[in-house]
Amino acid sequence: MLTITEISKTFRIKDKSFLALEKTSLQVEKGSFVSLLGPSGCGKSTLLKIVAGLIEPTSGQVHLDGRLITGPGPDRGMVFQSYTLFPWLTVERNVQFGLEIRGIPKKERQEIARRYLELIGLKGFEQALPINLSGGMQQRVAIARALANDPEILLMDEPFGALDAQTRTVMQELLTDLWEKTKKTIIFVTHDVDEAIFLGDVVYVMTARPGRVKAVIPINLPRPRGYELKTSEVFSRLKRDILQLIREETLKATGLSSVLAAPSS
Amino acid sequence: MCRPGLPWGQHSATLGPPRCRLLIQNRFLWETTMSRHKFFRPKENIPPQLYLGLGLSSFVLLLLLWSLLTYTGLIPSFYLPSPTQVVQAALQMVRDGSLWDDTLASVYRVTLGFLFSALVGIPLGILMGSLKIGEAIFEPIMGFFRYMPASAFIPLLIIWVGIEETEKIAVIIIGTFFQLTLMVMDVTKNVSSDLIDISYTLGARGKDVFLRVILPASWPGILDTLRLSFGWAWTYLVVAEIVGARSGLGYMIMQSQRFLKTANVMVGIIVIGLIGMIIDLSFRALYRRLFPWMSKGGV
Repeated sequence: MLTITEISKTFRIKDKSFLALEKTSLQVEKGSFVSLLGPSGCGKSTLLKIVAGLIEPTSGQVHLDGRLITGPGPDRGMVFQSYTLFPWLTVERNVQFGLEIRGIPKKERQEIARRYLELIGLKGFEQALPINLSGGMQQRVAIARALANDPEILLMDEPFGALDAQTRTVMQELLTDLWEKTKKTIIFVTHDVDEAIFLGDVVYVMTARPGRVKAVIPINLPRPRGYELKTSEVFSRLKRDILQLIREETLKATGLSSVLAAPSS
Repeated sequence: MCRPGLPWGQHSATLGPPRCRLLIQNRFLWETTMSRHKFFRPKENIPPQLYLGLGLSSFVLLLLLWSLLTYTGLIPSFYLPSPTQVVQAALQMVRDGSLWDDTLASVYRVTLGFLFSALVGIPLGILMGSLKIGEAIFEPIMGFFRYMPASAFIPLLIIWVGIEETEKIAVIIIGTFFQLTLMVMDVTKNVSSDLIDISYTLGARGKDVFLRVILPASWPGILDTLRLSFGWAWTYLVVAEIVGARSGLGYMIMQSQRFLKTANVMVGIIVIGLIGMIIDLSFRALYRRLFPWMSKGGV
């Protein structure tokens, strides 16, 4: 179980400092899929990087299974929005990266890599180079790479943000299918309400900067989730509630509160 | 709009006096050509045959211009020898073996100087690019030295090192070392921090990050730095051979100048240019061979 306790983060740029996160607390149950939803700049990516150990919090703590997090590690795998495959490595070698570092023998590594490549539907692409892959394919390999390393928790920072809308929908289905098969603990950061509801067991709605948790909405949609769910009644109801919560924050974040109408309660 | 059918010299009520009309017509034609033809759009690719053809035409045109200026006697051969004279001079040097000896001597000096700069500069540059401490210690002082012209060091070098081969190689080193190291530092520094971060989340620690991410990501840029540095090293050749040389292309050029053998000077310059070009193409071919994974945008 991951416990985020009163994390706050202040960034200092030259002589100015700005508060990115303000006393944010979260709990993530093992094996659950948590969606972290918020407008741009609300600090959700910062929060994720703090959990990953790539950024140090100004105050507050993160505990994973009782252990205090002080730096990055293979127990917290991550997928970024940008394409981060190692361009000089083949798809296969990319997926094996973490395993190679751990010293796992070649045959075993290859087997594990092949298994995950099949899970993401890229069987046969083992020898391809990232430069030959589309954005969607690259992100799939990035996910396989993170999962192949068997982390305790998978952190995903808007991994489908750079993809077109159609690819994104299909990737969401792939991800929820993957989750069914692996039951990995996942924290998924997004600004897309549909995505947050479709994928998550619970949606944490964050405020505009300085970010903190505004609301916690449990998603009681049946699992496994199919794409038809997105047009169902219960989905629409959830979407309406969450949209109302987030819209206020988005208006604040974009500075358009005075221009556009406030949400009707 | 423009009506090209109107007879020249006729004043038109709508288009104004004849001169304006011609300008409008020409401008219309020009703009249509420019925008319609994709060869004139920025960054639009052109077929490789066209690229090669145009490149070769430039050389051919230059040769034609050269021939025109010399064979017609427009420029006396004292100032500009004709292509024939240059070829004859070259053949003479080939026959008596001096061209080969001089070329070899120069290549030896430049290569040694370049190798030294590379062997010391690459590890140092990588260190400076990977660790802020390395950068803090070395970058300011190297940045300072890189602006000192190598030729200005020659009097000092003569006193310190003499006038033999070492002195010449030292000139090459001074001319290339600082630039090379700083460029390698830049390449290493520019490795995407996202790549480094993601490697941390995959379990990489200090040494792994360096060996498995920073180095592989930097090799293409380092090879390109070597290609450019060798080019610069080559241009320092003449400066290096100013003092106490008894062979070498730079030496040959200066001797020929002393005896007003302009054709020989041109042979020297052309040979230097050719060698530089061959080396450049070789580096490029090696780059394509070693790094098929490189996108145009870099790592």
